[in-house]
Amino acid sequence: MIKVRIPTPLRRLTGGQGEVDIEGDSVSALINTLETQYPGIKERLCDEEGAIRRFVNIYINEEDIRFHQGLDTPVKQGDEVSIIPAIAGG
Amino acid sequence: MDKIKGLFCKECKKPYPAEAIHVCEFCFGPLEVAYNYEVIQKNISKEKIMQGPLSLWRYADLLPVESQPTVGLNTGFTPFVHAKNLGKQLGLDYLYLKNDSVNAPTLSFKDRVVAVALTRARELGFDTVACASTGNLANSVSANAAEANFKCFVFIPADLEAGKILGNLVYKPNVVAVEGTYDDVNRLCSEIAGEYPWAFVNINVRPYYSEGSKTLAFETAEALGWQAPDHVVVPIASGSLLTKIYKGFHEFERLNLIPSVTTQIHGAQAEGCSPVATAFKKKKDFIQPVKPDTIAKSLAIGNPADGFYAIKIAQETGGLIESVSDTEIIEGIKLLAENEGIFTETAGGVTIAVLKKLANQGVFQKNKSVVAYITGNGLKTQEAIAPAVGAPWHIQPNLKSFQNTLQKEGK
Repeated sequence: MIKVRIPTPLRRLTGGQGEVDIEGDSVSALINTLETQYPGIKERLCDEEGAIRRFVNIYINEEDIRFHQGLDTPVKQGDEVSIIPAIAGG
Repeated sequence: MDKIKGLFCKECKKPYPAEAIHVCEFCFGPLEVAYNYEVIQKNISKEKIMQGPLSLWRYADLLPVESQPTVGLNTGFTPFVHAKNLGKQLGLDYLYLKNDSVNAPTLSFKDRVVAVALTRARELGFDTVACASTGNLANSVSANAAEANFKCFVFIPADLEAGKILGNLVYKPNVVAVEGTYDDVNRLCSEIAGEYPWAFVNINVRPYYSEGSKTLAFETAEALGWQAPDHVVVPIASGSLLTKIYKGFHEFERLNLIPSVTTQIHGAQAEGCSPVATAFKKKKDFIQPVKPDTIAKSLAIGNPADGFYAIKIAQETGGLIESVSDTEIIEGIKLLAENEGIFTETAGGVTIAVLKKLANQGVFQKNKSVVAYITGNGLKTQEAIAPAVGAPWHIQPNLKSFQNTLQKEGK
């Protein structure tokens, strides 16, 4: 299982849960699993073309997936994924 | 009718109540304060502003607080300097410096945003304030929280300059030094902010906090005799400051306090952390994050929240976003100190070095007004400049020794 941390704005879709454990072997697979379990979450994370929205950042074990292969970045058992609003800081 | 209508999403325009929230639930876009400009128009005038306090609160009608200000009552209204020596060197007759290196209480422009954020945090009922910081913000939150009796947590990268770490500890907040970059600190704080009922000034209180930066534009326009300058040069970390300086001039224009604004907004970054300058040069409208490696630690944000908006504003106003090397940054600090007697930190070195670069490229006409924003104080980043400033003459306590040295030094 992979632990995914859900930001406050999306917790309404996860029944208030701040963390969910799901299966998947890449970031895009995780997003598809999330969508199956929590319908509506994918359109909040991805735009019409399926790319991650401008104001959403995704991290695997604290590392921004844009330093890896974006949506195609592989994930493995025990990884922790954080979805975080991009607008913060400065 | 209140001057604050609420918040709205800058992207999808969805309205929200004026609470401690910063992100649109639908598109994750940034929330901005929605003002009732008709109400503000009725209340504001040049005369009223000029009779107001000698602080940023003279512009309270355009700041997102509902009651009397309670924090930062001595903040802002910093010197506006006609930089004749530096101007002469750069071929500019009307070069001005907005000198926030002597802002109160903690010697950086961050005192402005914190004054607004903490006043608002109190209105919203918080008893604890916090921030993710590259240094200056943490200093300001710590000092202001001490005076205003808030509990305080500041989160900083562990490798900050000694002056900036001590500049937190002395006020006795809870200082958390995180093993990682500022971007790590910021990500962590975004997660912490979701779990604790604190006012994180640059996270859940960010829509109010960031508005404080507009006062740099207001003070500039007032100091120039109620007009906006032809050019400004602004350092870019998250990009928020640049967008708010733009907004400040345009709000004054909208309220008929100044004539129509044609200011070209230029941005300044360090080469070792230049995601915004890089995207600007490549004409991209998205930012590829970077891992910062520069002496300009206060600007070392590799994943800048408002980078996208900073690029749009530079493009719209005919501005440029340039970057400079660490060597140029140190030269910039020295150039400003030797010509104008102002000792700025590395971020100011970035601004002056980019100002020089743009001047050398012929971006400014000689008779145009140019304002450079000096946002922090050099005493906080001494290690960056120490190897580059030489040493005193060591002499014996007698006249002969002094005269010999004078001769040797050719003075």
